[in-house]
Amino acid sequence: MDLDLSEEQRLLKDGVERLMREHYSFENRRKYRAEKLGFSEAMWARYAELGLLGLPFAEVHGGLGAGAVETMIVMEAFGRALILEPYFATVVLAGGILRHGANEAQNSKLVPAIAEGRMKLAFAYAEPQSRYDLFDVETQAKRDGEGWVLNGTKGLVLHGDAADKIIVSARTAGGAREKNGIGLFLVDANAPGLLRRAYPTQDGLRAAEITLQNVRIGGADVIGDPAGAFPIISRVADEAIAALCAEAIGCFAEMQAITVNYLKTRKQFGTTIGSFQVLQHRAVDMFVELEQSRSMATYATMMAGESDVTERERALSAAKAQIGQSSKALGRQAIQLHGGIGMTMEYSIGHYFKHVTMIDASFGDTDHHLQRLAALGGLFGDQAIQR
Amino acid sequence: MDLNFTADELAFRDEVRAFCRSAIPADIREKLIAGRHPSKDDKVRWTRILAQKGWAVPHWPIEYGGKGWTPVQQYIFGEEVSQTPAPEPAGSGINLVGPVIYTFGSDAQKKYFLPRIVNVDDWWCEGFSEPGAGSDLASLKTRAVRNGDHYIVNGQKIWTSLAQYSNWIFCLVRTDPDAKKQRGISFLLIDLKSPGVTVRPIQLFDGYPEVCEVFFDDVRVPVENLVGEENRGWDYAKFVLGNGRVTIACVGLSKERIRRIKELASRTRVGGERLIDRVDFRKKIAAVEVQLKALEMTQLRVVANQSKLEKGTQDSTSSILKIKGSEIQQATAELLMDVIGPYALPYQSEEEFQSGETAIGPDWAGPIAPAYFNGRKVPIYSGSDEIQKNIIAKVVLGL
Repeated sequence: MDLDLSEEQRLLKDGVERLMREHYSFENRRKYRAEKLGFSEAMWARYAELGLLGLPFAEVHGGLGAGAVETMIVMEAFGRALILEPYFATVVLAGGILRHGANEAQNSKLVPAIAEGRMKLAFAYAEPQSRYDLFDVETQAKRDGEGWVLNGTKGLVLHGDAADKIIVSARTAGGAREKNGIGLFLVDANAPGLLRRAYPTQDGLRAAEITLQNVRIGGADVIGDPAGAFPIISRVADEAIAALCAEAIGCFAEMQAITVNYLKTRKQFGTTIGSFQVLQHRAVDMFVELEQSRSMATYATMMAGESDVTERERALSAAKAQIGQSSKALGRQAIQLHGGIGMTMEYSIGHYFKHVTMIDASFGDTDHHLQRLAALGGLFGDQAIQR
Repeated sequence: MDLNFTADELAFRDEVRAFCRSAIPADIREKLIAGRHPSKDDKVRWTRILAQKGWAVPHWPIEYGGKGWTPVQQYIFGEEVSQTPAPEPAGSGINLVGPVIYTFGSDAQKKYFLPRIVNVDDWWCEGFSEPGAGSDLASLKTRAVRNGDHYIVNGQKIWTSLAQYSNWIFCLVRTDPDAKKQRGISFLLIDLKSPGVTVRPIQLFDGYPEVCEVFFDDVRVPVENLVGEENRGWDYAKFVLGNGRVTIACVGLSKERIRRIKELASRTRVGGERLIDRVDFRKKIAAVEVQLKALEMTQLRVVANQSKLEKGTQDSTSSILKIKGSEIQQATAELLMDVIGPYALPYQSEEEFQSGETAIGPDWAGPIAPAYFNGRKVPIYSGSDEIQKNIIAKVVLGL
């Protein structure tokens, strides 16, 4: 057992933290958000320069061959800065699909473009009716000679408006909620018949509802088995959960620090409010949530690549449930301890609160994951249940 | 980063597991699984079994009987013992006063007391709290006045765990009433058979007389029973309370409880189905399991960090172990109450169990409600959770 970062991982952490310190003040973030796509193209170029965009990809394709721990490091730093760029959508989600599902030809074409910052991707996995069930896919993909024709509606496509290409999950066989019969298709964002309704999310990111009307794609743009891609989707979703947990930890740590600092400086009744025991104990409650969540984010990172699927899903569900629970408990205190200023758009704390709330509503909230964990037998003493 | 134990650590775990499973007397194990309190004799028997194996005090320095295990090995050992389940080795001697004696005590104290602690020839209790000194421990009033080569001790201790079975007590006593309150306290070892000592058990509301009042009326204590320097007792007390913070999370105990909850819930029928098959109940268990897993990981982070810390300093994260540990212990006790339902009502005393009286209701029902009641103590003892929060606010958050 070893919970330390390696020397290389420490360097990565220093590098990305320095980048955030130098370029991602809350003031800068406001400016980046006003740019055309709702984020900073200049920052995107810097991520490419630092190697972050190629981080998890294989070295033969121009990536750095890094693992879940490196992604955790980057996502935590990004969470602290509350970045707006489509890193999660491009590198973690779509990148994950490529790493686990794409063939040699696809990877050698796409990965260098992603790593160099020339191409952004999005992953359209959800539909209006599907909530958190990744297998609830009604969008249809029908054979059309060598290629395929797609019809349907995909919802909540994170950074769908900025994407050059969109990976779409669609059904090639089976009933609406079957795990078999789902395929993954790489679609050009400006393909004829693809309509994007772009919008801002609550937390200041961008997303799109996407309609596919007879969208034609070539046979070379199928990723993996066109009727058996669900295991890839589910594996990427678990990696995504680990990454979101790490991002949430960055947010929580910053919320904790901002709040404690406020308690030390804000004066009422002739003294700093941090001298009041009732507020101290609430700050400690935040600290407990932060540390418990950090433990689970670490656990999620180390279990994201677990080969036993049941063990992996149990672990990731437990982590996501913890993070969701903490985002409520810690977020509630963070706003309350600030009082009125915490309610303003101008101040940062509410933006963190909004982002962790949206993280809870992505890839399954606490309730969804407690349900999944319970259905999988829980974490301890499963064998004590008599059959 | 790697969460897996190394091959050596796994081999070690298997060795500890195999030993514990084969060495634990069946009657003690059954008692613990049922959720009943181990008796003094149970604890002594088990500690001596460990002592014979050389494992009674593995965390002590090698020269006093320790094993020189790594923090991870010690963690594994603790986990395996509590999941056997086996009793914690005789606690106050091994975990509290022993380390004080080998760290601050005289050579004579080390030579006399340490081997007797290892073999449980002495049973120790902790005399810190007083009626007027609970959370505000430093305001304690028990006086020790130097008279030649003795101290004369007068005063009262309270909440002294299992003092009725003890023959020695380690006490915080006031030796300088004029100094600032933390500065005038000394650490004294007192033979409970000394004339002038009275021990009176207090029955807790679950029925178990777990704690006592201890009265000192002109008790003569030889000066060689002073530990370390006079008026430095507060430092030693902080050392005691800092020790064992990792085990205070009781992760192994809570895991064993979860196992028990699942087992009993699969034997219990509610509305025509097994309780364990009800989605709402499964989710309630899962919610506690998540917290417990997080606590286990927090504990592992503390353990992994231990070898890197300077001696005597503490990981700030370790301070949350007690708070979260007590919350989870109470949550598992509540789940057991959910399982038993109406047959929580009948009360049967420990004596009735021992005399082999037939159980009223399911044979596993008896200890569940008392354990739930008894579990209220956890956020109160060893520095209440509110005091823990004061400490975190000050030391960690700088408030």
